[in-house]
Amino acid sequence: MAEITLIEAVTQAMAYEMRRDPSVIVLGEDVGVNGGVFRATAGLHAQFGSERVLDTPLDETTIAGLAVGMAFQGMKPIAESQFDGFIYPMMDHIICHAARMRSRTRGRLHCPMVLRAPCGGGIRAPEHHSEAPEALFAHIPGLRVVIPSSPARAYGLLLAAIRDPDPVIFFEPKRIYRQYKEEVPDDGEALPLDVCFVLRDGHDVTLVTWGAHVKETLEAAEQLAERGVSAEVIDLATIKPIDFDTIRESVKKTGRCVIVHEAARTAGIGAEIAAQLAEKSMFDLVAPVERVTGYDVPIPLFRLEMKYLPSVERIIAAVDRTLAYR
Amino acid sequence: MKSWLDVAADVRRSVTLKKSRRSIYTRAGAWHDAPSIGQEAASVGSIATLRPEDLIIHHHRGHAIHTIAKGANLTTMMAEFLGKEPGYCRGRGGSMHIADIPGGNLGATGVVGGGIPTAVGIALALQMRRSDRILLSYFGDGATNEGEFHESLNMASTWKLPVVFLCDNNQYGMSMNVSKVMNIAHISERAASYGIPGQSVDGNDVLAVYEAVLAADERARSGQGPSLIDLMSYRWRGHSKSDRNLYRTPQEIDEWKHKCPIRRFKQVLVDGGVMTRDEVEDIDQAAKTAIDRAAEEALTFPEPSPENMEAEVYAP
Repeated sequence: MAEITLIEAVTQAMAYEMRRDPSVIVLGEDVGVNGGVFRATAGLHAQFGSERVLDTPLDETTIAGLAVGMAFQGMKPIAESQFDGFIYPMMDHIICHAARMRSRTRGRLHCPMVLRAPCGGGIRAPEHHSEAPEALFAHIPGLRVVIPSSPARAYGLLLAAIRDPDPVIFFEPKRIYRQYKEEVPDDGEALPLDVCFVLRDGHDVTLVTWGAHVKETLEAAEQLAERGVSAEVIDLATIKPIDFDTIRESVKKTGRCVIVHEAARTAGIGAEIAAQLAEKSMFDLVAPVERVTGYDVPIPLFRLEMKYLPSVERIIAAVDRTLAYR
Repeated sequence: MKSWLDVAADVRRSVTLKKSRRSIYTRAGAWHDAPSIGQEAASVGSIATLRPEDLIIHHHRGHAIHTIAKGANLTTMMAEFLGKEPGYCRGRGGSMHIADIPGGNLGATGVVGGGIPTAVGIALALQMRRSDRILLSYFGDGATNEGEFHESLNMASTWKLPVVFLCDNNQYGMSMNVSKVMNIAHISERAASYGIPGQSVDGNDVLAVYEAVLAADERARSGQGPSLIDLMSYRWRGHSKSDRNLYRTPQEIDEWKHKCPIRRFKQVLVDGGVMTRDEVEDIDQAAKTAIDRAAEEALTFPEPSPENMEAEVYAP
């Protein structure tokens, strides 16, 4: 079995589901012959033709609207936003129509669509190519927000997203698109949505993260282990709705929680997790919850970019602050 | 061309629309109401061209005019307006977002122009499925200044989708007269940008609307692509019930009331010997009775329950 990158796993999942289900359609800017700006749809046009791999005009708002209309007719559109920073014109249709249609019609219409977008910084690109807007979508009732952190999870979670009867915003951490390869069997097996993945067991501190920062967080856990500190690492994976049960169970064991995300700090997902822990796990905590996040600034250009993104050192420093409490 | 008798049946629907705008909202405590009195011929004349399996997607002022014209059950419709559990959307859509899915009414939207891209997506799905159904996409004059209007007509014309774009032009985007916000005489001129036919029609003449839309339907159904039809009419009432009509004169409103599309069509029927004056007035009375009965019944229906408020946000 061949080892593949995260972006190849994305392509593999779409191809699998397009073979299995004729109602699955890929649409977006340059997704056809060109194979997408990051090559996520490479080869799909050759396999499935122009009708199922649909090149649209340069027109984000209506790409989202098209997907909504197609979904109303029982198709399963996978729309691509070329970059995270180009997703904002799509939000009107995602929020006002895709997210609300099931509730508005009490289930008589629903919207089985996926909006895929690369997300996050770290590729030395301008701000519109480096954003982490997951919290904006997570705030919206009716949406699912999913961010994979490995090739295998990208494959399994994207299959689950396409099969889900409700709209899913699927953010792909572009910094790790080609960071490493792993074996991903093309067996059509979806992973569950709405649950976290515990990537490393530990008993001193719980580290919660997602997407590209799973890598730095696991590295931090490794370095902490060398010092005798046992960190549990949780990959959130589904950002909305959050699997708080797994996080609370872990905190019951560790008494400490550090949340790591690259999006800006204020009203980020870390704030929601901290609030939930304050509400429901107050007496399990021995230390204040720590957040290691991006800063409340637009993501800076490449010379300062790595200063903005949470680093292994910042994660370890935050863990050390929690360890000061006994 | 539709026979006189077929069209005569439509007068019942037009009258019913008008009667539906009584004081029901105030009585039931519903806040919002975007009235459409005076614009009945545009919806009745256009929807009359459809086959039963064809689809519509409409706008915030279409809750009654398009919903009734597409054949809604009046009681279920009234129940939805009043937010009652037996309504078309179990009281969660309301007047602004009523949809009758089995009836081919895929819903209204409260976002001006917001339904147009959805309509293009639906039409794209119909084309991909090799369906011979078509879709009428309704929006107001204000929506044609939104970017989505242009994006959507560009896509639909490029791909020759089975959709007809119908502008319910009532001449005002809330308080703004259409002549002050576009540098062209007729909205239909915009069709030239997309290489599709554009036509401005007297939207108060139900037969003229019918003829124009039927031709556009045939074009859409035969794979030649969309058309843009500007159905020029007028809204007698304010944008909503809070509107004090500060932006237009009572004389202007009166002039348009004299162009009432329903009275005009009744006269055509009587003059043409299709119906007697008494028969026409009987329809009027029957419509009033039907609406009253639907409203009274809907008022007795159960309220939605807060216990299941979180249900149906996601699939169960």
